[in-house]
Amino acid sequence: MKTKERAPGARAAVDTAWLVDALQRMWEVRLFEEGMHRLFLKGEVHGTTHLSAGQEAVPVGVCSALRPDDLAAGTYRGHGHALAKGTELAPLAGEMLGRANGVCGGRAGSMNVIDLEHGLIGCFGIIGGSAGAAIGAALERKTAGGVAVCFFGDGATNHGYLHECLNFAKVHSLPVVFVCENNLYGEFTPWEAVTAGGDIAGRVASYAIPARKVDGNDVVEVRAAAEESVKRARESHEPSFLECLTYRHYGHSKSDPGAYRTKQEVAAWKERDPLILAAETLRGSGVAEAEIEAARTRADEAVEAALAEALAAPFPEPATDGATEYAL
Amino acid sequence: MSGELEFRVAVRDALAEEMERDERVVFFGEDVAVAGGVFKATPGLYERFGGERVFDTPISELALSGAAFGSAVAGLRPVIEIMFGDFMALPMDALVNQAAKFWYLSKEQASVPLVVRCAVGAGGRFGAIHSQTPGTWFHGVPGLKIAAPSNPADAKALLKGAVRDENPVLFLEHKRLYSVKGPAPSEEVLPIGRAAVVREGTDLTMVTMMRGVADALEAADRLAAEGIEVEVIDLRTLRPLDTETILTSVSKTNRILAFEEGPWLGGWAAGVLGSVTAAGLHDLDDAWSVNTAELPIPYSPTLEDAFLPGIDQIVSSVRERGGIR
Repeated sequence: MKTKERAPGARAAVDTAWLVDALQRMWEVRLFEEGMHRLFLKGEVHGTTHLSAGQEAVPVGVCSALRPDDLAAGTYRGHGHALAKGTELAPLAGEMLGRANGVCGGRAGSMNVIDLEHGLIGCFGIIGGSAGAAIGAALERKTAGGVAVCFFGDGATNHGYLHECLNFAKVHSLPVVFVCENNLYGEFTPWEAVTAGGDIAGRVASYAIPARKVDGNDVVEVRAAAEESVKRARESHEPSFLECLTYRHYGHSKSDPGAYRTKQEVAAWKERDPLILAAETLRGSGVAEAEIEAARTRADEAVEAALAEALAAPFPEPATDGATEYAL
Repeated sequence: MSGELEFRVAVRDALAEEMERDERVVFFGEDVAVAGGVFKATPGLYERFGGERVFDTPISELALSGAAFGSAVAGLRPVIEIMFGDFMALPMDALVNQAAKFWYLSKEQASVPLVVRCAVGAGGRFGAIHSQTPGTWFHGVPGLKIAAPSNPADAKALLKGAVRDENPVLFLEHKRLYSVKGPAPSEEVLPIGRAAVVREGTDLTMVTMMRGVADALEAADRLAAEGIEVEVIDLRTLRPLDTETILTSVSKTNRILAFEEGPWLGGWAAGVLGSVTAAGLHDLDDAWSVNTAELPIPYSPTLEDAFLPGIDQIVSSVRERGGIR
């Protein structure tokens, strides 16, 4: 594990009110993902799913540094991206279940969620697609001081798509924050085995784009790094890159038990679960245990209500779906 | 002839007028701004509208099209240039997976008003990978529109229509049309999706597009001298396909020939004949096509000239097909 160690509570001046909210939001993502896993096994979630449990601190930390009118682009592992940007739980759950109350009416599914009302321009099923969407969004937002963020995995850093977009963002001075969720595996393959040079942030720095390695399981650190990047984007119209080191608790997708990872590795990362770290930081800052627990309880209630709402929602009716090929 | 409009000028004027009309319209691509485009279709736009709205990009077709998609969803109306149609192999993801599907997948949260201009077509000795007409690569993608003018007037009015359209539009410009001159458009804006009957006739409907229209008209004149009256339809749009105009013509002529600069298998001619057969078999006595060979486009002048079907091939195919009169 390449994250630095720190003593709980060693950090000065944490905004505890914000952190309680962030903890609740991370619990919402975690419990949502656990719910999706459960419902997938029951046949209620269809096709495939890519769960982000374990990686919650990255989207929650980054999106907490954004304005509502800033735009974000996520990936096929995008439930956390959507929830962090403000997508409501019940419409997201409905989308996963293919129900009419889904945020896209059940047309998009787990990998392709779009929620413009909350600034999510899309979650993209092709590696690197989020970066393309984000440079365009930044082109539009630039004049109004807006910012675009894209999330992608370590796998995208070997893709030409991303490198075209990094270069494009730099030479055109676009306010983009590129957020790499380095969860150490591109599908089943260890990132180090397929990444020449072994230094993702270092590669990006060669574009003269400020690139930082961040403890992606520490939401406070992610937030601080994101604030700096968002400020640079908003005020100087310059892109930044954050390599957030994190770990997914589930396999790549529903068909992957994750046999390529050792039990020791998984256990070590679960000790550094972003939910545990955030709770430790709150304790170290003097927040009462009851308040920490209440964040989880609120999340649990919200997720359970959303899942119940989605399960009760009807499927879309093909006859009344009202699709048109073109916008008028 | 004075007062006549050159095709490349029609393209430039359309962009200039739309940029003047709507400040959300931006234009970017490789060498389109300072240099004015490799086919000199866009000189002066950078000087007139400034570097914020007209700019040169890296040679990064995927980033270009991603930027077009993202900015269109966010509220701009981008026009990009992919220099040669052959390069359309590169930006497929942003156009096919993102732009074309967004309206539907999002449950109509937003439209994606973007235009991709590119130069297409053979006959310029550019070889196999700078001569294709890749509209058909995108033909089976719901949500995209594909426009392809045959003359300066249509180029201007259709491009203006493409910029005002709320959907992603591929706008194909045939390289052998850039220097063609013709009258200015009679309509300021042509909506995407309407074919045009450019010559009336009673014996055979000939459907074609872009550079093929000039050949079809010339062939029709020759056939008229032999007593065969050909109705020529300029498709102008591949998707959506204006089957109504074609069916109306076929109900009169009972015969259809599709003339395509491209291979038969997977080409648009096959789609046109299929659509007409499916909806108008009762009107049909004959249906066939003239296409290029199922081969890459060759370089050598003798090989390329033989590869490209033209007026002679059209005329002889009509004669060989027989049955008329």
